[in-house]
Amino acid sequence: MWKWIKPRRGNLRIWQLLLLVALFGFWHLMTAPGLVAPFMFDNDSQAAFFFGEPLKMAQRIWTWFVTDADIYRHLGVTLAETLMAFAIGSVLGLGGGLWLALAPMASAILDPYIKAMNAMPRIILAPIFSVWFGLGMGSKVALGVTLVFFIVFFNVYQGVKEVSPVVLANARMLGADQRQLLRHVYLPSATSWVFSSLHTSVGLAFVGAVVGEYLGSSSGVGYLILQAEGSFDINTVMAGIIVLTIFALGLDSLVGHIEARLMTWQPRSGETEKL
Amino acid sequence: MTAALALQGVACTFIARHDPGQRYTAVQGVNLTVGAGEFVSVVGPTGCGKSTLLNVGAGLLTPSAGTVQVFGQPLSGINRRAGYMFQAESLMPWRTALGNVMAGLEFRGVPTAQAREQAGEWLRRVGLGGFGDRYPHQMSGGMRKRVSLAQTLVLDPDIILMDEPFSALDIQTRQLMENELLTIWSSQRKAVLFITHDLDEAIAMSDRVVVMSAGPGSRPIGDFTIDIERPRDVAEIKVTPRFLELHAAIWDVLREEVLKGYQQQLQAA
Repeated sequence: MWKWIKPRRGNLRIWQLLLLVALFGFWHLMTAPGLVAPFMFDNDSQAAFFFGEPLKMAQRIWTWFVTDADIYRHLGVTLAETLMAFAIGSVLGLGGGLWLALAPMASAILDPYIKAMNAMPRIILAPIFSVWFGLGMGSKVALGVTLVFFIVFFNVYQGVKEVSPVVLANARMLGADQRQLLRHVYLPSATSWVFSSLHTSVGLAFVGAVVGEYLGSSSGVGYLILQAEGSFDINTVMAGIIVLTIFALGLDSLVGHIEARLMTWQPRSGETEKL
Repeated sequence: MTAALALQGVACTFIARHDPGQRYTAVQGVNLTVGAGEFVSVVGPTGCGKSTLLNVGAGLLTPSAGTVQVFGQPLSGINRRAGYMFQAESLMPWRTALGNVMAGLEFRGVPTAQAREQAGEWLRRVGLGGFGDRYPHQMSGGMRKRVSLAQTLVLDPDIILMDEPFSALDIQTRQLMENELLTIWSSQRKAVLFITHDLDEAIAMSDRVVVMSAGPGSRPIGDFTIDIERPRDVAEIKVTPRFLELHAAIWDVLREEVLKGYQQQLQAA
């Protein structure tokens, strides 16, 4: 019997799923009024008030997606902000990183400023962006861009700096001019570093969008959460968090797929095939 | 006849990046010529600036003093008539074997279809016809060296510069590669400047062997013509009397320098 249910590669998914069910089961047991006698709170509806109830969250999500179908607009806004922040931040980071890595003087001059901007807790810029770009999508995208930019920037910078001097000399001997070196040597080398940071930067673009919405907006999932919080509707808050988590996971696996497609040239350890 | 590559009075002094007062003169007063179609090897103790000379010949390094002429023309910038086979891994890891061999043709603006065809032809010639779609990390060290060889030769350079190209290979693969290189060379007759620390290899392959003195400020101190008939087989040639004779004569000059270089390294450590 144990032989079949013992955790192994094959039934990994089942175990992961079981853990999720167990987690929500425990949550339900502890919070649903009347199931367990209250041992921390004064009465049995207080646990539900503070921690929410999984069943009500599920109901909430159901009405969002199916019966009312009113979350798509908000999700669309959040996703659009995320993608825009990611795209703009990546392009700026790629350009800036390439430029500074190839222009040592400019990089020497700007060095302390870049360090300062990176060290600054940039989330705090959100109120300023709201003033500059209004409460619409612009301010959220701007916040996401500042978060994504530095991740990509530093990775590209590193990537260009770490180009093997031999590969570079070889490309020059093969007749590559400055533009061709950029296109065929620096860029591919830098993109491998960008991809290694892609998971982080997509995540941060998402963070920028949601935090921006949370601080002031009229649409987006962050806005939904903020509203629910205003009326102490903890179930809706939790439901919003769950939806956000699922979408973040989705984005992350999408990035993983793209990475696997584009990075076939990279060595992976233990790449053998069982016959 | 003008030499394919002529170094005249070349000196290279390096300045330490963090301490400009610290100078190191790698090579000094070097006169070296490689005739068109001639296979010249340079041997010498470690750290005698062999690679420095090659980089000067390639145009990757500008000498502190002296002139470099390529087929009678003074060299400025990269040497466009030379192909360079590096000691270390030099393939672009993000390109397949075929992509790597094609790279130089692409840089020169050869149409893709034609470049692909030529590159494929050269891959076949170095025995990697079926491996065009492999990435460098999917190939063995010997296969990567073959790709490097094809990458260099597909551009049909008049001068081939080789920096211990086979030193990282095991002895069997190495002999195979040496024989292959000799076969290709004898059909194309390029000027070759071949750097090695292996005297056997130098004698077996070359028309001429140049011995460098120990650094710093090393220079050629011996020049031996290898009058062994071609075609040669690098493994068989090593037991012929003439080979042993030449080996003894060159080793006589080289041994002292090797010991000197070794002493200097011990003192520095």
